[in-house]
Amino acid sequence: MYLNSIFSDPERVAKLMDIAKTSLQPMLEGAVTYTIPLTIISFIVGLILAVLTALGRISHIKIFRGIARVYVSIIRGTPLLVQLFIIFYGLPNLGVTLDPFISAIIGFSLSVGAYASEIIRAAIVSTPKGQWEAAYSIGMSYTQALRRIILPQAARVSIPPLSNSFISLVKDTSLASLVLVTEMFRRAQEIASRNYEFLLVYSEAALIYWVICFFLSILQQWVEKRLDRYTS
Amino acid sequence: MISIKGLYKQFGSLEVLKGIDLEVEKGKVVVVIGPSGSGKTTMLRCLNVLETPTKGVISIEGKSFDFSKPVAKSTIASFRRLTGMVFQSYNLFPHKTALENVMEGPMIVKKEHKDTARKKAQSLLNKVGLEDKMDYYPAQLSGGQQQRVGIARALAMEPEVMLFDEPTSALDPELVGEVLKVMKDLAQEGMTMIVVTHEMRFAREAADEVIFMDGGVVVERNKPEEIFTNPKEERTRKFLNMIQ
Repeated sequence: MYLNSIFSDPERVAKLMDIAKTSLQPMLEGAVTYTIPLTIISFIVGLILAVLTALGRISHIKIFRGIARVYVSIIRGTPLLVQLFIIFYGLPNLGVTLDPFISAIIGFSLSVGAYASEIIRAAIVSTPKGQWEAAYSIGMSYTQALRRIILPQAARVSIPPLSNSFISLVKDTSLASLVLVTEMFRRAQEIASRNYEFLLVYSEAALIYWVICFFLSILQQWVEKRLDRYTS
Repeated sequence: MISIKGLYKQFGSLEVLKGIDLEVEKGKVVVVIGPSGSGKTTMLRCLNVLETPTKGVISIEGKSFDFSKPVAKSTIASFRRLTGMVFQSYNLFPHKTALENVMEGPMIVKKEHKDTARKKAQSLLNKVGLEDKMDYYPAQLSGGQQQRVGIARALAMEPEVMLFDEPTSALDPELVGEVLKVMKDLAQEGMTMIVVTHEMRFAREAADEVIFMDGGVVVERNKPEEIFTNPKEERTRKFLNMIQ
């Protein structure tokens, strides 16, 4: 019915085309200035957190294991949206007022850190024991063995699940719209609330997310191929 | 010279080494034989401190280590460098080429310049007959070739002693010879070697001394021609009968 009514009315088609065109620019702008930087920065900070947390989880020192465990448990056990609300709307009650973008980066980084730490821990643990022994046998320290021998091998195993996390993160950034970050989806909401063309505008937003994720999966293939040199 | 005095190793309630005393003179090749579970591999791994002995004293070229006392990690690392280890399953670094595998220790542990390390690695790979395989990844090499890279990797750290933990056990029969040849060449150059192996021919041809271990102790030690033709202990005789 809806489609019928659109295509039978040339004037309406022209109007929709016009809205699609004019809304594209602010949305792409939102993607380039907020969605993409938010994703990339949060993922990098999150990965650093994840490696530290994974090392904490496998550490011989009890307190490190404990801290890592509690952190992962809290982040995985509570909704991301609630975490963002606590950081942005809750912390001001303690006198800590953060910019929306910074709040979002903190929230997303903590989330990536917790989930990815499990991926990295599994990858480290699955590296054969003989690799540690070979590294030690040529006189390497724990840190040298980890950095030169274990982590590069763990990285290869982690790429597919980490790519999953990365792609999820792109889409999760839409939650930042609810803590007032004017990223892509927030722009879409603003546009749609003005012209009431919800289907069109939100579909357009969905399409942009999909295109971004499509390029990311191509990037994943390329990285995997590069790291695959030695397994052939 | 290597000396082991009163070496004990316990895994939980299982006592694997029950007081090993052993001396190996510089430049000698000692082959360790014995049934599985006799503790020969554990003894070797204790020398490389991949296992921490429960108690006992190990000294290598004047550097002595008493395991009855708690030991610092940094001293373990420096002690480890006195010995080079060759593993049964090679344990090459799969993400590095043959050349990079050999360069890794000198570059990262000894902080040698990359060019120096590369030159040394090239000459070592030459020596083990792999001059045309330097840029291959381990997955592209045969077992025998991988093990020869493993030997070169251990040699690159210029250890006082080379330890071989059943270096040919994982190899197809036709590849055993090339690895044994490299080991014989090393022996002839005067490298001190302790070799855990089931290759009795290697023991006969290259060993200065053969040690028979069983139940966590050294049962008998003698020159290869003596131990193989005229074993003194009943347990040695039984073992040799079983494998020959």
